[in-house]
Amino acid sequence: MSDPADRENYPDAYILDILKRYRIVAMVGASPNWNRPSYFAMKYLQAKGFRVIPVNPAAAGEVILGEKAYASLKDIPVKVDIVDIFRRSDAVPPIVEDAIAIGAKVVWMQLGVRHEAAAAKAEAAGLKVVMNRCMKIEFGRLSGELSWSGINSGIISSKRKRLIA
Amino acid sequence: MTRKNDLFGFETRAIHAGARPDPATGARNTPIYQTTSYVFDDVDHAASLFNLQTFGYIYSRIGNPTVAALEERVANLEGGRGAVACASGHAAQLLAFFSLMEPGAEFVSSRNLYGGSITQFQHTFSRFGWHVHFVDPQEPENFRKALTPKCKAIFAEMLTNPTGIVIDLEAIAGIAREAGIPFIVDNTCASPYLCQPLEWGADIVVHSLTKFLSGHGTSMGGIVVESGKFDWGQNDKFPAMTEPDPAYHGLSFYETFGDFGYTMKTRAVGLRDLGPALSPMNAFLILTGIETLPLRMERHVTNADKIAEFLAGHPAVAWVAYAGLKSSPYHALAKKYLPRGCGSVFTFGVKGGYEAGVRVVESVEVFSHLANVGDTRSLILHPASTTHRQLSDEQRLAAGAGPDVIRLSVGLETADDLIRDLDQALATAARKDRSAAE
Repeated sequence: MSDPADRENYPDAYILDILKRYRIVAMVGASPNWNRPSYFAMKYLQAKGFRVIPVNPAAAGEVILGEKAYASLKDIPVKVDIVDIFRRSDAVPPIVEDAIAIGAKVVWMQLGVRHEAAAAKAEAAGLKVVMNRCMKIEFGRLSGELSWSGINSGIISSKRKRLIA
Repeated sequence: MTRKNDLFGFETRAIHAGARPDPATGARNTPIYQTTSYVFDDVDHAASLFNLQTFGYIYSRIGNPTVAALEERVANLEGGRGAVACASGHAAQLLAFFSLMEPGAEFVSSRNLYGGSITQFQHTFSRFGWHVHFVDPQEPENFRKALTPKCKAIFAEMLTNPTGIVIDLEAIAGIAREAGIPFIVDNTCASPYLCQPLEWGADIVVHSLTKFLSGHGTSMGGIVVESGKFDWGQNDKFPAMTEPDPAYHGLSFYETFGDFGYTMKTRAVGLRDLGPALSPMNAFLILTGIETLPLRMERHVTNADKIAEFLAGHPAVAWVAYAGLKSSPYHALAKKYLPRGCGSVFTFGVKGGYEAGVRVVESVEVFSHLANVGDTRSLILHPASTTHRQLSDEQRLAAGAGPDVIRLSVGLETADDLIRDLDQALATAARKDRSAAE
């Protein structure tokens, strides 16, 4: 993943490994509003067996989809695997700093969110990085659910068993 | 092990894309899911589906598993991000524009289109308050000159029906890009086997699936394919993509679905509310057709080459407009954009004008006289008396459908049989022409 030109061309195996190996997600920018993309991405990931912990200073202490929201990553009392960033690209660097500090394994930036320098820093600290992708959409793509909407999954396989379910 | 899509060849993808074994049963071929509706797990699941917050089926007007396999197949073959299939090519054009336009909006279109498209754009679209500017597509700059601030798209057929003009895709795509609007290409006559317009910078591809993709003259169908590369937020021309949608509790399609936002909008609003759903049975037949698209297109092109050569040397033929002929003014563009061949739909002029044209189409015995293209069977048509009949004389000439024009869609029969059939029809027409003159 070191060539910047190729940086966002993640192999399916790389994404699959992340989605299969880890279960605890801290969602930075998770909204308590039921009709925001972060809210329903959280709901979808919960249905797929992930525990999703909301991080949002404006909603700290509130309960979103059964999970207490925290003001920052450092406030979360459990070990976090994936830090999923639903914020503008320029807000990414301090979130990555915190992700490294709390020992997260993956920094995942949402659709439209990119930060090369922060990504390089996370990788240098041993974290895996995904930019400009949605966890929900990638899970849906690899599980075959995204294809239900006529979206090109890029998957060619003669196997009945799905890659992930 | 999964591999990246682009590591598989076209022939493999034509058979496999979108059609993994059925997870419930293991059925190897895509089942025909002949159902109108789908059960919800509970009320919350239903709400999530209706709000587009999770993936799944609700009602076959909006989505169906057999239709979805077809959508993914064609999106894959065109190199696109996603697709919405619908009842016909005309429905595809309506849906493609419906996600972009509003009353008072305009677009620029090539004037060389299937006659029914010219009518749709000029007369029916105007009922929605959408205004089209037609231009001669042979000079790309014509598109730029016709643009106005209200224009939301540029539209053209890749290989024009019936005139066989090959457009300069890359140049026109550049003009659309500079204007910040999408370039919509009808790729029906070329099919993705011969040309993939998204590779040359087009943003949206539409097809009549009824033609070469289905390929056997069995099923109507249409599709809208999105490249996923157009930035809908670059200007304020596309509020339907970027602004909160009141019908979906303020959801913004571009923000929520990113590079397949246009596909979701076209499905969840256009297909849902205009209603031109594709039947699962037709989707199945079209999927089966696509499996042999590469083989069929090769033979269509070989047969068309032979017949065009034959006609070019025939004394009763005034001219042949086929980009595959070295004498064609579009030969250079065809080498660039259509290296595997120029399809099998083309026109020729019969000496003796309108009357001779009518006699040729009435004298064939292997070619079928009907209004379709892209069938296994060879087809023949006299546009001036049929598909282009509703146009004015001036429009007919501009569309390449003058009185002497005969359109062929060369099928997969034995080439010599087709040549013999045309030869006798031309001879019969010439005989009658002489006797009429005497």
